[in-house]
Amino acid sequence: MSLLEISELSKRFGGVVAVDGCSLSVPAGSITGLIGPNGSGKTTVFNLVTGFLPRDGGEIRFKSRSIAGLGPDRVYGLGIGRTFQLARIFPRLTALENMLVPVRRAGFRALLSRGQWGHEKEHAMEMLDFMDISQVAGTLGGALSYGQRKLLELAAVMMARPELVLLDEPAGGVNPALLERIAEHIRQLNGQGVTFLLVEHNMGFVMNLCHEVVVMQQGRVIAKGKPSEIRENPAVLDAYLGA
Amino acid sequence: MGALLELQGVTAGYGGGDILRELDLSVEEAAITCIVGPNGAGKSTVLRVVSGLLRPRLGQVRFRGASIGGLSPRAILHRGIVQVPQERSLFPTMTVWENVRMGAYTVHDRQLVERRLQAVCDTFPIVRERRQEPAASLSGGQQKIVEFARALMLDPALLVLDEPSMGLDPKTRTIVFDTIRAMNQAGRTILLVEQNARSGLGLASHGVVMESGRVRLQGPGSAVLNNPEIGRLYLGATA
Repeated sequence: MSLLEISELSKRFGGVVAVDGCSLSVPAGSITGLIGPNGSGKTTVFNLVTGFLPRDGGEIRFKSRSIAGLGPDRVYGLGIGRTFQLARIFPRLTALENMLVPVRRAGFRALLSRGQWGHEKEHAMEMLDFMDISQVAGTLGGALSYGQRKLLELAAVMMARPELVLLDEPAGGVNPALLERIAEHIRQLNGQGVTFLLVEHNMGFVMNLCHEVVVMQQGRVIAKGKPSEIRENPAVLDAYLGA
Repeated sequence: MGALLELQGVTAGYGGGDILRELDLSVEEAAITCIVGPNGAGKSTVLRVVSGLLRPRLGQVRFRGASIGGLSPRAILHRGIVQVPQERSLFPTMTVWENVRMGAYTVHDRQLVERRLQAVCDTFPIVRERRQEPAASLSGGQQKIVEFARALMLDPALLVLDEPSMGLDPKTRTIVFDTIRAMNQAGRTILLVEQNARSGLGLASHGVVMESGRVRLQGPGSAVLNNPEIGRLYLGATA
């Protein structure tokens, strides 16, 4: 069953057709990769799904319900979390405080219950530790390095306990030795029922992690399948992977 | 060939504590020096110190033998050090041509600017082909190439690149790395930070591994790349 279903989605910026009748589905419980050349419309699809941009046409369904036209806060409230290519964090909050912002999705009851709050804080510290950034828990977001911001954002989005997470280049700018651990963590969360759709250019990361891979070019889907099939697909080799 | 750039005992940070701790590093003339290391090790901070965007608290920064530590970014630019930042830095609504010209805004000799513009167009044909288009209409990889072109307008003695391959698709990444190699073969000295560590070190004549604000290990790029401990700790299996 698909958790997210996109059909005939389109978006123009002036004369440029960024997304051109794009259709794809993300099966519930899957880790699905979305790849394609720079400028093929991947991030725009993310922006359309999460309500950051209004669509020009097409339909977006989450758990069979239309979410097209909803704003980012509503989409987030329904259980779709996302990260950004250039990490967006709160620069004047500490890393730990950044982690606790998404917890509010759980509602004010959680905030008011001391036991619950303490538990969330503990959980946040565990996550920071896992991402190798617990030493900067008290550092302001604005003082973190680029890579540390990416890791913080990835850890923070999970604090809202989303059902579907859209990751925009989670491996970009991250130390390669950490990638294995991040991949393992995504697998663990996936095992607990979280579905992932991720845009990524690191093919080792995508091919090892994803169950399904969707390939975009010029705003359209040109191929989809298992990683092994995608790796051998001539159209994908030509458009994206290179010889 | 001697050291073009030398950092000795450099300690620097942003107020919340030191990021670099008595760091020693040298960049040889005509070489490609690549710095790799974990997130938060201080790689980008080294580049900020070199470009004058961050004043070192202690230590020496020498370029061609003269101290440049504490000079303004503008003064350092005049000495011949040009940095291409990590994030996209073209002016999105200006044309490709205008962006490249901006690289030479400190040069007042018009003929010299025209000559360099021609040279840059010969090196990077895309600058001429897409000259009238706004920079924002270019793909990520094309924008990176135009950023290189803009940097070369000052004919820098040292070109500093902060994660040039970030956010680029595999095909484009290869083009960008080939371009870096070609600029070096044309005699340009390059200092780069690269998270795509295997490709970066594969390109480099000199590899530097940083950890917690210090140089943990350095040597020929291939030797660093093939060091098993470094591979396990810093390079990962899939990169």
